[in-house]
Amino acid sequence: MYPVVEVTGLVNRFGSQVVHENLDMQVNADEVFGIVGGSGSGKSVLLRSILGLHRPQAGCIRIFGHDITQMSPQQLRGVKERYGVSFQSGALYSGLTVLQNVQLPMLEHLALNAAARDDLAMLKIRLVGLPADAGAKYPAQLSGGMVKRAALARALALDPALLFLDEPTSGLDPISAAAFDELLLYLQKQLKLTVVMITHDLDSIFRTCNRVGVIVDRHMLSDTLARIVDNPHPWIQEYFHGARGRARLEAMHGA
Amino acid sequence: MTLEVRRTADALTMALTGEWGVREFGALERDFAAVDVRGARSLLIDASAVRSFDLSGAWALREFVRRAREAGVEVSFQGPPPEQLRLLEDTLKESDAPAPARQPAAVYRPGWFARPLAAVGLESHLFVEQMRQSLTFLGHTTLTGLGGMARLKRLRPISIARHIYDTGVTALPIVALIAFLISVIIAYMSATQLRGLGADIYVVDLVTIGVLRELGVLLTSIIVAGRSGSAFAAELGSMKLNQEVDALVATGVNPYEVLVVPRVLGLVIALPLLSIVADLVGIGGGALLCRFLLQMPFDQFIARANDAISSTTFWVGVIKAPVFAVLIAVAGCYRGMQVRDSARELGRLVTVAVVQAIFLVILADALFAVLFMRLDI
Repeated sequence: MYPVVEVTGLVNRFGSQVVHENLDMQVNADEVFGIVGGSGSGKSVLLRSILGLHRPQAGCIRIFGHDITQMSPQQLRGVKERYGVSFQSGALYSGLTVLQNVQLPMLEHLALNAAARDDLAMLKIRLVGLPADAGAKYPAQLSGGMVKRAALARALALDPALLFLDEPTSGLDPISAAAFDELLLYLQKQLKLTVVMITHDLDSIFRTCNRVGVIVDRHMLSDTLARIVDNPHPWIQEYFHGARGRARLEAMHGA
Repeated sequence: MTLEVRRTADALTMALTGEWGVREFGALERDFAAVDVRGARSLLIDASAVRSFDLSGAWALREFVRRAREAGVEVSFQGPPPEQLRLLEDTLKESDAPAPARQPAAVYRPGWFARPLAAVGLESHLFVEQMRQSLTFLGHTTLTGLGGMARLKRLRPISIARHIYDTGVTALPIVALIAFLISVIIAYMSATQLRGLGADIYVVDLVTIGVLRELGVLLTSIIVAGRSGSAFAAELGSMKLNQEVDALVATGVNPYEVLVVPRVLGLVIALPLLSIVADLVGIGGGALLCRFLLQMPFDQFIARANDAISSTTFWVGVIKAPVFAVLIAVAGCYRGMQVRDSARELGRLVTVAVVQAIFLVILADALFAVLFMRLDI
């Protein structure tokens, strides 16, 4: 069984500024992998490299075992069908309703008749916990939490096995964020998803992630959640054992 | 094949095989549609051999089971039913709670006789509302601009300079090229007509008066409306979409002061200068054509041009430029500030901005023509 996502020797440079230097990352099937790092540490650049939105200077990126840096656009399309992405701000198409947003990947990749498309898209909308009448709304009419859920519904449109989430709980109130975490866990278990998630939300990390990769000094240190908190690196110590992290750690050990 | 059906008397057994993913959804629906459940009493489904059973595949199965049950067939599963089905049922159960019944808003529906009247009323109402909004916008811009006159720093000189560069300096090549080509076309057309009458010399009159009074400024304005009117609308529109305008207001900055007035003033300065360049290049183009097509020496062209134009001819053209500049800039900024919600709206309003700017420029030019005729200049 190969890893679902495997990054080896990734190098990203912008001018003289080195963002990643021989960065390695590995995500296994059926796990929730959290990517953590300080602002400007290159989390987004890493995700953009994996999604093929940014071409790295060097390195190999394998998704489902295929090296996407060596693939033709046609082959890449076949890989892209098999994962879903939800962007930080949702990136819902502002001119389309939520239902049409969810249907767009289906229109592009599948030959379905209109009725089936409606049924399946509506199913995804309900699956993420949106009310049925949300389908007819435009993104500008949604609240922040609903935008995140609609973006998740669109990411799930093609029943992917792999999900990339960029800060799925940022900008949500703690209750909505917790509800989103539960939803994600539920879907991950039920649909047997592999999830790669960039997040700053400590609550979210402790609730959902099996393994965590921390980007420090242009490299990634990854380990299981229970072990990464004991990593001696000063940034990781500060992150997990600072004022915000300690309460969560105590809750985890107490439980 | 995704399913195999065996029939014994009134009992059906169905074995599901192969891939049951979203990519096979079309095939699944076709295969299910081909299954004839009529006359059957019971249906036993064996889903144990299905690979990659995802939600879409489960949906196809659920829909089939629902239809079969409605037809009075007793459906059961060999072993436990697939858990994807249970997930589906859970999802649908939660949200099947009736949505709060929404009262359809009482809409007045006019009868056939009143319908045209209602349409006229609605359109007039919208028109008046539009007028009111654009007047409000114009008022805000004027007040902010006048307020800036009192304190020069409020006029944002650096921002104005940037807009003069963007709308004026970078437009020079295209404006010069078009002015040159148009005056060459006019000179050529009139030369071929006038030559037969032996009146070649009047080509000079046509080119100089035409370019100075009308064409120089009008063509420049139309080019600038296409270039900068659209740029203004798109810039402000995307700032609106990105909540940048809201951020300005929330910071206590007047968006008219930092966004609208500098653009209007920048264009008011840039457009007359562009028109003067267009005049010069246009007359130069006419002179060149006369020299090489009509063999008219340059000094003869200059002498004739001196006789043809009066002291006001140049000013009659250039005086219109600031007015056109205000129209273009205000149309662009106003439409930009109207953008809300979606990228489609942005595209629509940018189009409206350009079309309206060009229309307003030509309308104003016609009014100027009437005015100058009355003033006899």
